[in-house]
Amino acid sequence: MRIGTLKESYVADAALFDSRTQKVWLAVAAALLLLFPFMASDYWLYLACLVSINVASATGLNILTGYTGLVSLGQAAFMGLGAYTVAVLETRVGTPFVLNLLAGGLVAMLGGIVVGIPSLRVKGLYLAIATIAASFIAHFIFANWKFTGGTGGLSVPPAKLFGLPLDTSFRLYWVIVPVTVLMLLGAANLFRTRVGRAFIAIRDRDISAEVLGIPLLRYKLLSFGLSSFYAGVAGGLWAYFFRVVTPESFPLLMSIFFLAAIIVGGMGSILGGILGAVFMTMVPELLKLVVDLLPGGNELTVFLSPVRTVVFGLLIIGFLVFEPQGLAEVWRRIRRFFHLWPFRN
Amino acid sequence: MMDWAYLFEISLTGIAGGGLYALAALAFVMVYKATRVVNIAIGELLMVGAYLFFTFAATFALPLWLAIPAAVLGSGLLGAVIERTMIRPLLGEPPISVFMVTVGLASVLVGLVEMIWTADQRRLPEFMPTKPIMVGDAFLAPKVFWGAMIAVAFIAAVLLVFRFWRGGVALRATASDQAAAYSVGINVPRVFSLAWVASAMIAAVSGIIVGSIGGISSSMGVFGLSVLVVVIVGGLDSVLGALLGGLLIGLVEALAGAYLGGEYKLLATFIVLVAVLLVRPYGLFGTHEIERL
Repeated sequence: MRIGTLKESYVADAALFDSRTQKVWLAVAAALLLLFPFMASDYWLYLACLVSINVASATGLNILTGYTGLVSLGQAAFMGLGAYTVAVLETRVGTPFVLNLLAGGLVAMLGGIVVGIPSLRVKGLYLAIATIAASFIAHFIFANWKFTGGTGGLSVPPAKLFGLPLDTSFRLYWVIVPVTVLMLLGAANLFRTRVGRAFIAIRDRDISAEVLGIPLLRYKLLSFGLSSFYAGVAGGLWAYFFRVVTPESFPLLMSIFFLAAIIVGGMGSILGGILGAVFMTMVPELLKLVVDLLPGGNELTVFLSPVRTVVFGLLIIGFLVFEPQGLAEVWRRIRRFFHLWPFRN
Repeated sequence: MMDWAYLFEISLTGIAGGGLYALAALAFVMVYKATRVVNIAIGELLMVGAYLFFTFAATFALPLWLAIPAAVLGSGLLGAVIERTMIRPLLGEPPISVFMVTVGLASVLVGLVEMIWTADQRRLPEFMPTKPIMVGDAFLAPKVFWGAMIAVAFIAAVLLVFRFWRGGVALRATASDQAAAYSVGINVPRVFSLAWVASAMIAAVSGIIVGSIGGISSSMGVFGLSVLVVVIVGGLDSVLGALLGGLLIGLVEALAGAYLGGEYKLLATFIVLVAVLLVRPYGLFGTHEIERL
């Protein structure tokens, strides 16, 4: 049974981490993140980097869709904007990589604000479809503009930090994971500020928000901008991680992946974005493991990709029908059980 | 110097192709009008219909007159299953959730098709006349012409059925006012099922035609994206809009493909889409119900 959580001031009530238990567990998690690269194999490090990039991008989409209520199917295109910016800066200008990442984020942010302009007139599904259109137009530009290397794309040299090339998963881990953690903290704190509260107000009822004095257009564009900034930085990390950027790297399916991740994880919850992105990235790997364990595994590998597609769709449907609040709600239920133990409910 | 004969020929092909969009858009509008569900998996339903036809006609070697109805009925059954298992439980949920369910559905259908029939491109058995069609001096590919003719005839049949058949009247009543439809004794949930079944069947017919023109593959669902543009341009809940929007998008696609190059096709349609969304978000003939904020 959880006791002694009496809050005596507003500061305590609004604190990001409120209990001692929570802080202890966070410290344990941080320690694990620090120790992980020394214990894990290359394959797991690779996965950790990928998961971390996806977490960053999914959190960005969560700001827009989960907290502001604007559905976007263009997250992959914004990641593409960031990745291409990084690739172009790295190959043609040669600026340091921290600067490139920021530039990637900012360019994606500008793109997001432009795409967000239709949100002045349309919302809901219409907006989702407008973002599909935007991502097709972005794809077209990437594929047909000489500057971005056409259909062949661009290859990116490894990032250099203090003269050390970041060319292995082990080295990249020390860049990707801290950046992601930083962005997560930023997002979590955002919703303790006026801006974040305004986003939530818009999601809950846009007319009331406008009446309360929240300029809708400005905040909606801001939300688009922030979300695509996250996508841009994630895309930049993606470019350094995979070291090649092509127009096909960021398909519509990837945007659906991120939307699925926040649905499965839980919309409007930072933890949900993390859980969803981790879960959705790991599912294909788990499937691979299962197929390897089954007898006659080699013949079954042909089915791996379609099974993955089916499972992906079933997860979206299943969570929407049976657990609309996502994994974050499951987590909350588990936590509640321990808070109340030994009592039920 | 403009080549008018060429332009005429391209426009004809475009309009004929637009007929197919109109048919698929009709399938979309049927579900939207009755149940307010935006079904993004419409392209995938087309694909499943075409693959069912492929199975019945090529694998089981059934004659044509048996294979087509079998494929259409199979698709109808699929529509009913989808409505029962995925759409009904979400009645009353926010439209975005239902929209996302159809996104998931699209993924499931693509995966199933790849599992059962593999991802390779297939050809449907030929069943349309192959004699070239000449309109004046303009040449029209026979498959495209007959495909458009079948589409137009089928659209007319569907419209007539839904004008005079009891179920069709119930569907239109539900579309115009759900509560009123309930109070005069229409079984609204049944109408929802009916709309999905009818939509899946229309999609199957459309898929068979599209497949016999361009072959079938697991990426056929891309056709659904153009259909989405068609219905947005026409207005989501307007049958007339779907038909005219179909012709318009078919024309735009053909012109862009001929004068700018194949890669501009999808770009042109999406630019039309963005323009319509900015200027007239409810489409050409849709109900003006968009809130502006």
